[in-house]
Amino acid sequence: MAPKTSPEIGGMGHSVKRKEDPRFLRGLGNYVDDVTLPGMLYLDIVRSPYAHATIKNIDSSKALAIPGVLAVITGKDLEKYNLHWMPTLMSDTQMVLPVDKVMYQAQEVAAVLATDRYIAADGVEAVEIDYDPLPVVVDPKKALLPDAPVLRTDKEGKKDNHIWHWEWGNRDATDQLFNEAEVTVKEDIYIPRIHVSSIETCGCVAHFDKVRGKLTVWMTTQAPHAIRTVFALVAGHVGLSEEKIQIISPDIGGGFGGKVPVYPGYVIAVAASVLTGKPVKWIEDRMENLQADSFARDYHITAELAGKKDGTLTALRIKTLADHGYTDAAANPSKFPAGLFHVCTGSYDLKAAHVEVDGVYTNKPPGGIAYRCSFRVTEAVHTIERMADVMAHELGMDAAEFRMKNFIKPEQFPYKSALDWEYDSGNYGAALQLAMDRVGYNELRKEQAEKRARGELMGIGISSFTEIVGAGPSKHFDILGIKMFDSAEIRVHPTGKVIARFGTKSQGQGHETTYAQIIAEELGFPVDSVLVEEGDTDTAPYGLGTYASRSTPVAAAACAIACRKIKDKARKIAAYLLEAHEDDLDWEPGKFFVKGSPDRAQTIQQISLAAYTNHPPGMEAGLEAVNYYDPPNLTYPFGSYICVVDIDNGTGEIKIRRFVAVDDCGNIINPMIVEGQIHGGLTMGLGPALYEEIQYDESGNILQGSFMNYLLPTAVETPNWETDKTITPSPHHPLGAKGVGESATVGAPAAIVNAVVDALWHLGVRHIDIPITSAKVWKLLRDAGVRG
Amino acid sequence: MATVPIKVNVNGAEQSAEIEPRLLLVHFLRENLRLTGTHIGCDTSHCGACTVVLDGKPVKSCTVFAVQADGRSITTVEGLEQDGKLHPLQDGFFQEHGLQCGYCTPGMLMTGYAFLQENNDPTDDEIRHAISGNLCRCTGYVNIVKAYQYAAQKMREGGA
Repeated sequence: MAPKTSPEIGGMGHSVKRKEDPRFLRGLGNYVDDVTLPGMLYLDIVRSPYAHATIKNIDSSKALAIPGVLAVITGKDLEKYNLHWMPTLMSDTQMVLPVDKVMYQAQEVAAVLATDRYIAADGVEAVEIDYDPLPVVVDPKKALLPDAPVLRTDKEGKKDNHIWHWEWGNRDATDQLFNEAEVTVKEDIYIPRIHVSSIETCGCVAHFDKVRGKLTVWMTTQAPHAIRTVFALVAGHVGLSEEKIQIISPDIGGGFGGKVPVYPGYVIAVAASVLTGKPVKWIEDRMENLQADSFARDYHITAELAGKKDGTLTALRIKTLADHGYTDAAANPSKFPAGLFHVCTGSYDLKAAHVEVDGVYTNKPPGGIAYRCSFRVTEAVHTIERMADVMAHELGMDAAEFRMKNFIKPEQFPYKSALDWEYDSGNYGAALQLAMDRVGYNELRKEQAEKRARGELMGIGISSFTEIVGAGPSKHFDILGIKMFDSAEIRVHPTGKVIARFGTKSQGQGHETTYAQIIAEELGFPVDSVLVEEGDTDTAPYGLGTYASRSTPVAAAACAIACRKIKDKARKIAAYLLEAHEDDLDWEPGKFFVKGSPDRAQTIQQISLAAYTNHPPGMEAGLEAVNYYDPPNLTYPFGSYICVVDIDNGTGEIKIRRFVAVDDCGNIINPMIVEGQIHGGLTMGLGPALYEEIQYDESGNILQGSFMNYLLPTAVETPNWETDKTITPSPHHPLGAKGVGESATVGAPAAIVNAVVDALWHLGVRHIDIPITSAKVWKLLRDAGVRG
Repeated sequence: MATVPIKVNVNGAEQSAEIEPRLLLVHFLRENLRLTGTHIGCDTSHCGACTVVLDGKPVKSCTVFAVQADGRSITTVEGLEQDGKLHPLQDGFFQEHGLQCGYCTPGMLMTGYAFLQENNDPTDDEIRHAISGNLCRCTGYVNIVKAYQYAAQKMREGGA
């Protein structure tokens, strides 16, 4: 689709170079740890070596004897102000600092305040804590056994480790279809605990100005406004009032969901600043970040799929145990404790489905956040794409043909899924066909057959995913009661320059460029004359932030609507200046002109000046607009990925030979940025598929607590991603856009696993849990009698 | 704690300081000199966000004591731009969309600054191995490889 604007204006469809890059390329970004204030103190945290233990005594005397150590803060100190517990986003409770008991290894136990980063670390070493270890619960299945120790003894009357039961769908209709099914398949699928590991860890600088009574916190947050409200709710009783709280989210070094929650460190830093009146900096190191910050996934899934012998799918049934650690600190919309997991019917036209999830407490860090995905959609996609592949193989059908047969057809949109979602638009067959053409699917299948005959292992895996993003419509979506709208505020200055502010917060997505392109598209101001600002709650309009791919579906829509309000007023001003009726004006990017007389025109810049100098009598001066956008529906980006792997018979090593990704995210704002998002998302799909996992031993010791053994893909393992696209606009989004930041992370793992299982199916392999390490494959090969 | 004097040339300027022997080079650069372009991403020398060039070789400044830099020369990301002109690598990252959040970028640039001086006509595979000690969570590396190639070509053409 050709752009409507010239490259000089740079509206939608242009690969405009990023406005944020010049500062980053010069090392002049401003990340939280770059913030330094006069008299600033440093906070460091003492963490528990035990996964479950009673705290018998905390002796701070040796720490306090170190010159420069000013205080050691414990749970008992915070208890005096009733700040030792805080609510989670899921209305559970989480310790800020413990008073008597620790619940996971690396939990915050005490905090040392000092004049210098190094002295604070010395202080941490010198705090002596006497623990009495308690029995540890690591396995969520064992956590539900009658004799399991009850972990949440703080909850009155709590007699087990069960958090909640949630189910969705039509159980009876699903069971009946299973009873009638000609063929069924069933697999246990574990989607392990992983960690987003943004290269920048979390941290903050809290500054309480005692004179003005104002708290300013520079912090690594993806949702600054929500954080401000949470701080006001949590600390209102000690005098923090929302109009005197300013959250500033400066440049952020990657978020991916890990910078949505409120971590204890933030709260302790704020408390320390309020008590001392001095700025306090707290910055995690990598091990703290990996070991204590919110995890993702950790779903123990049993999935069943029913169908007919001709390959027609009929029903899906899923039961899941969700390991939440010691508290449910997920970041899901309030009504959906398992997030949007019930989009698990995926791209297929099923008659019925039923899904059940049970949340469980264990002695592990809290969380249940997304890992670059929209509220558990990766778990959903992984399950259905694995199961579809198992069914296709079981029936002896080609995996692509099987998918084509069962896809929701283009004419069925808007499509009501068996689990009640209304998919906005899609053309799944076109995306899969394009991916097949790009990869040379039929030739690859021939090559695979030849290789198999020679005893060589080659696999082709498909993942045809449907995403669900843009939370969300106020009818169903809120966090702590706050509806999940988002906002744009646009002001046009007299000289024809624009400042625009948003309730979202970029963490690398390039909002400073893409939002400017939307304004260029709608109003014709060149991208270079638009300044985009986010992340300062004193200046930006209220919004719920950037996660779950919601910036484009929600805030970009707000931007377009605000632009259209401005354009309506601009038209009136133009009509006045041109002495014409506004209905007699036409628009082309950057100017209104009288129909049939293109010379009689007013540029948007001339109109901007007139809005302040020569506006029509009776009209308010100025040219600005605000919009709080409540999306009528979610958006449903989709795509088809095809992965080709070669497996070494001797070592089990998996080599990704090709990976073709066809994405459809509706209309595209900046093709360069969209492709970059897909590259990154694919790599964050590769990591969990082959390398990333966090495990615990029986005592609750973390086994992958640093980058020594929590393996992120490097450039060497990462393939040269091949991307392509189809475009199916969203019918309800003002720009026809859908969002794209997470599609690839959601869709990629299943393509990789399906390729590996495809290579090994003839050896009796039906499923392999991620991460598929060489060791796992090696063992399967040996068990099947394959010799290298 | 006792301090020791050091003299270091940073981006062409002589710097003298009295520092604790345990002070890491990355903290010396970031906090003593306020050169905050060099970032910290891990504690184990894996991520490479803190990469600077020490006497022509890329080092992870979180794993070097500042005293080890005494009498030596350091180039940081702030030293790449010359006379208001971006280094070809900086330009390459801009043109090829080789950065997103920007946090790993200074380390990626400094690794490349040293690498391309040794090899200004690399294969993609050589580049991928050269940056295997620098982790990026945003870009998927494809465009970083392109940015290196862009810079290598400019450097060959310009004789830089």
